[in-house]
Amino acid sequence: MFYRAHVLVEMTSGSIALGAAQLKEQLEREIARLGLQDEVKVLETGSFGAAIPSPFIAVYPDNIVYAPVSVQHVRKIVEEHLLKGRVVKELLFIGERGRDVTAFIPLSPMAKEKRVVLRNCGLIDPLNIEEYIARDGYMALAKVLTEMTPEEVIEVVKRSGLQGRGGAGFPTGLKWEFTRRAEGEEKYIVCNADEGEPGTFKDRLILEGDPHSVLEAMAIAGYAVGAREGYIYVRAEYPQSIRHLEVAIVQARERGLLGERILGTSFSFDVKIRRGAGAYVCGEETALLESIEGKRGEPRVKPPYPPQRGLWGKPTVINNVETLANIPPIILNGPEWFRGIGTPTCPGTKVFTLTGNVNTLGLVEVPMGITLRELVFEIGGGIRGGHGLKLVQTGGPSGGTMTPDLLDVPMAFDTLPRYNSALGSGALTVIDDTHCIVDVVRNFAEFFLHESCGKCTPCRVGNRRIVDILERIAKGLGTLEDLEKLSYLGHYMKATAFCGLGQAAPNPLLRCLEFFRDEFEAHVREKRCPQGICAMKPQAQPKKTLRV
Amino acid sequence: MVKVTSEMREKAQTVSLVTIYLDGREVRVPEGVTLLEACRMEGIHVPTLCHFEGLSPWGGCRMCVVEVEGQPNLVASCVTQVRGGMRIWTSSKKVREARKTNLELLLSNHPLDCQLCDRNGSCELQSLAYQFGIREIRFQGERKVYEVDQSSPSIKRDPNRCILCGRCVRTCREIQTVCAIDFANRGFETVISPSLGLPLGESVCVNCGQCILACPTGALSEVSHVEMVWDAINDPQKFVILQTAPAVRVSIGEPFGLPPGTVTTGKMVAAFRRLGFDRVFDTNFAADLTIIEEGHEFIARLQQGGKLPLITSCSPGWIKFMEHFYPELMENVSTCKSPQQMFGAVAKTYYAQKLGIDPKDMVVVSIMPCTAKKFECQRDEMRASGFQDVDFSLTTREAARMLQEKGIDLKEMPEEDFDDPLGISTGAAAVFGATGGVMEAALRSVYEILTGKTLEKVDFYSVRGMDGVKEATVEINGMEIHVAVAHGLGNARKVLDEVKAGRSKYHFIEIMACPGGCIGGGGQPIPTNLEIRMKRIEAIYQVDRSLPLRKSHENPAIKRLYEEFLGEPNGERAHHLLHTHYVPRERM
Ligand SMILES: Cc1cc2nc3c(=O)[nH]c(=O)nc-3n(C[C@H](O)[C@H](O)[C@H](O)COP(=O)(O)O)c2cc1C
Ligand code: SF4
Ligand code: SF4
Ligand code: SF4
Ligand code: FES
Repeated sequence: MFYRAHVLVEMTSGSIALGAAQLKEQLEREIARLGLQDEVKVLETGSFGAAIPSPFIAVYPDNIVYAPVSVQHVRKIVEEHLLKGRVVKELLFIGERGRDVTAFIPLSPMAKEKRVVLRNCGLIDPLNIEEYIARDGYMALAKVLTEMTPEEVIEVVKRSGLQGRGGAGFPTGLKWEFTRRAEGEEKYIVCNADEGEPGTFKDRLILEGDPHSVLEAMAIAGYAVGAREGYIYVRAEYPQSIRHLEVAIVQARERGLLGERILGTSFSFDVKIRRGAGAYVCGEETALLESIEGKRGEPRVKPPYPPQRGLWGKPTVINNVETLANIPPIILNGPEWFRGIGTPTCPGTKVFTLTGNVNTLGLVEVPMGITLRELVFEIGGGIRGGHGLKLVQTGGPSGGTMTPDLLDVPMAFDTLPRYNSALGSGALTVIDDTHCIVDVVRNFAEFFLHESCGKCTPCRVGNRRIVDILERIAKGLGTLEDLEKLSYLGHYMKATAFCGLGQAAPNPLLRCLEFFRDEFEAHVREKRCPQGICAMKPQAQPKKTLRV
Repeated sequence: MVKVTSEMREKAQTVSLVTIYLDGREVRVPEGVTLLEACRMEGIHVPTLCHFEGLSPWGGCRMCVVEVEGQPNLVASCVTQVRGGMRIWTSSKKVREARKTNLELLLSNHPLDCQLCDRNGSCELQSLAYQFGIREIRFQGERKVYEVDQSSPSIKRDPNRCILCGRCVRTCREIQTVCAIDFANRGFETVISPSLGLPLGESVCVNCGQCILACPTGALSEVSHVEMVWDAINDPQKFVILQTAPAVRVSIGEPFGLPPGTVTTGKMVAAFRRLGFDRVFDTNFAADLTIIEEGHEFIARLQQGGKLPLITSCSPGWIKFMEHFYPELMENVSTCKSPQQMFGAVAKTYYAQKLGIDPKDMVVVSIMPCTAKKFECQRDEMRASGFQDVDFSLTTREAARMLQEKGIDLKEMPEEDFDDPLGISTGAAAVFGATGGVMEAALRSVYEILTGKTLEKVDFYSVRGMDGVKEATVEINGMEIHVAVAHGLGNARKVLDEVKAGRSKYHFIEIMACPGGCIGGGGQPIPTNLEIRMKRIEAIYQVDRSLPLRKSHENPAIKRLYEEFLGEPNGERAHHLLHTHYVPRERM
């Protein structure tokens, strides 16, 4: 289900005429030849806009566009890029501004789009601070430092109603206030750029396309809570993000926007980069802190929460990249402006990444409150191949499972939990109705089995047993009792696991067990996989217990 | 099970109280305690696995979960603090099911062959399974199978029995600051492993065995010498001599149901005589000898400007720790062998000659509260007679089990005396078993030797007790002698770092690897906790008080040993037989 990379091949009448179909076939052959078929998925896509010559290939999440390409280039792209992770420079599409294409895909219809956090992405050169400054960059920091008290900054953020975009939706202003009020001389700002959720690459785009917006926001946060130091914890798989950040930090320091006595005021603040340890759970805020401190990335006991005791035991704000990118516009335009976007209880925009079986894949920033129907069927152009929708997984495997009955629910932090779902980080994985639910759920479960840190019993062993049972069911060895066991284990893990990972792990399972009960029952009662996906080996009898 | 400690009671007296509702009953508990502590104060011992007295909270096993009204998820009581007004349910359906499922899941990845396990009967997982009435394991599936690590001379690791509670890891890191073992891999693949994935025998592990005391299951145990000892006893060619360490007489009653702190010296001697040893001697004899040697070494360094502070060398766990982490202090460490080794050396030379036995036919067995002694007796440096000074070293646990196998109930034994002459000892030797004891014994003798006067007050209370680092100043001939005592290697580190930095004023330092000294050694009966350690310490001082002689240099058998055989303390023969040297080891 979760592929390491998606390769998009342009399939328009124009590109087909230029050999796009053969291109796709050749891609698939090469990928299979190198055994990458379970890691890399080839998809078709529509036009990316007139600027890119046909036919082109785009690789996600790397966000690399090769254009124009033909069949003889395929082997090199597959061997170099998909296998070894090296960009094939000579085939790279160079845009008008002479740079790699690193921005997001413009999606249609544009009417739905509202750019706040992506305001600069693709429009400015991220390696040139002047271009950021030209678009009001660091104005918010200047305003804060010269015109506002820290309390006023916190008040503005609180009034804006901004909620954390890292998944939990915690009010950012409150988090800052707790940290400001916590006792201690030293405090820290940490930016969570671990972005470990499969199908998500929004933070990466922001960091690569507009790194200064995050640095500026961190400095503002530092001023607000009384911190002098910030850390950005970046996923190690994002070398490009790290590079852009490094350049941005140097440029900001050169202009006195980071470092000692920023803009000639008494406020000093600097930022360090830390590479992620590569585990999904390191995105959990306390595991992330452990990791920065050089320890094994395992979550800490909460409470105390990071605003009380965070990095090195000091009060700490941890915010997601997207959360932070909202801060400068909120300061400049005011909290009322922000409240005018989105829903009354969940203001602002959300960046969604569409992956899976939709026609148009990519990333879009839209106001909160948009429905899944609009996202999938309008922006995403509907399900590929004319199939029906089975479900949409929101916020990655640990987010929510949206079944077709929920297509018209407004998407916001406060609405989705009512349907046992969650907005999460904004990843939307669309799954069409050719998929088997046992297989889908097993894929999710395997993700958690793989990502569990192993600290607590429910998650460490529970996920193993869930996968064990699902494997049995997929082999035709499941029983009705197994379905009860799955549900029992799921509820137990939700209630008992140590951290958010283990608590959220059974969410897709529990929701699907309920909604797709018939399909599960077909597997265990009739030993039949309705979609013909599961192997369902000839029915074997479970081992009999010996009775004396 | 951890009892309500005096510390918790103190907390209760000085701190303001909050009201909580425990299973529907209104109770007042001190602010700031955990839910687990609050429950215990009210007499409810919530089951735990990863929680362990003296270690940082962890919250991983989830056995201790309780329901708190208003919270959707269960909370781990060991890591959650009480808040006024909390309504807590400790045995609701949800709680019981969660705990039971925890157990079933742990058991689903655990061998079900308790009969074959070292901890059969003292395993916390086993008792919980019994208490919860687990009769089937509903969740079956893949099981991990690991190789047993038998590379260490002291500690056997069987990861198959490990439930990943981390108690060993935290003990090794927080109490001992050795960090020999840690979690490796993730998720279902998680295992406890020595650093760099090396076998334990090649790691920085100092063999203290504190991790065994912390382990709730049979995943960690001592390397057994039981079979070898039985074989020696059953071999008519062998003359098998036993020595029993000071700390064993105050703990070996526990496996036989006697309360901790019961002194069982006479019964212990009778029991092991019946087990078939040819002589039952006392390590305390050698402890007196150690004091003579080490006391003279100290006096010599003091008078001739030798390297100070002098640091004691009785604890083989500490010695290996020093070799790995403080090789620069090697010259500060006394060259005296430990009493176990001095005993072996004397037995296979002096005593063998006396009896006219070839030392090759003599087998020296020790019963020790210690696992590091197994490592120590195999060290190359420990072969004074040409043969290994000590052949086998049993832990208190192993020794008790041998008695049980033979069908000897220690409680029923008569009181008997040790054999002569290596069974004669003083109260100074007895206190070796407790932290501060070596220092106290040394001071008793050093004072009298240097001043020529009788020491009236033989009790040095300031070096006794469970404080991590203790110090005292003693005036001898107008000179102030500063001494320090540290037990547990984490505490030792504090003192040693001062010495290394040149900031220490001490002349003489006692270090024991294990918290509480030998009575808290890694070979002692399980459980060994703070309360039990304190009771054993009390018993040690009771032995001291009950003896007619309380100063090592007054031991008549020791005097005879020097006259007949050794010559001068620290003399040439003594040096050859009773002293040793150390080797720097990698830090990794
Ligand atoms: C298993 C797990 C993984 C997480 N991964 C991320 C992540 O990759 N990025 C992120 O920003 N937050 C992640 N979070 C959420 C963080 O713990 C935290 O809530 C967030 O960084 C707070 O920032 P915000 O308030 O700005 O959202 C994760 C949480 C859990 C439980
Ligand atoms: S739920 Fe437990 S095992 Fe899973 S990631 Fe969190 S702490 Fe680790
Ligand atoms: S024996 Fe001591 S040093 Fe070795 S692993 Fe156990 S606690 Fe650590
Ligand atoms: S070896 Fe023992 S103490 Fe260590 S984690 Fe395993 S069960 Fe716990
Ligand atoms: S005892 Fe509380 S979680 Fe293990």
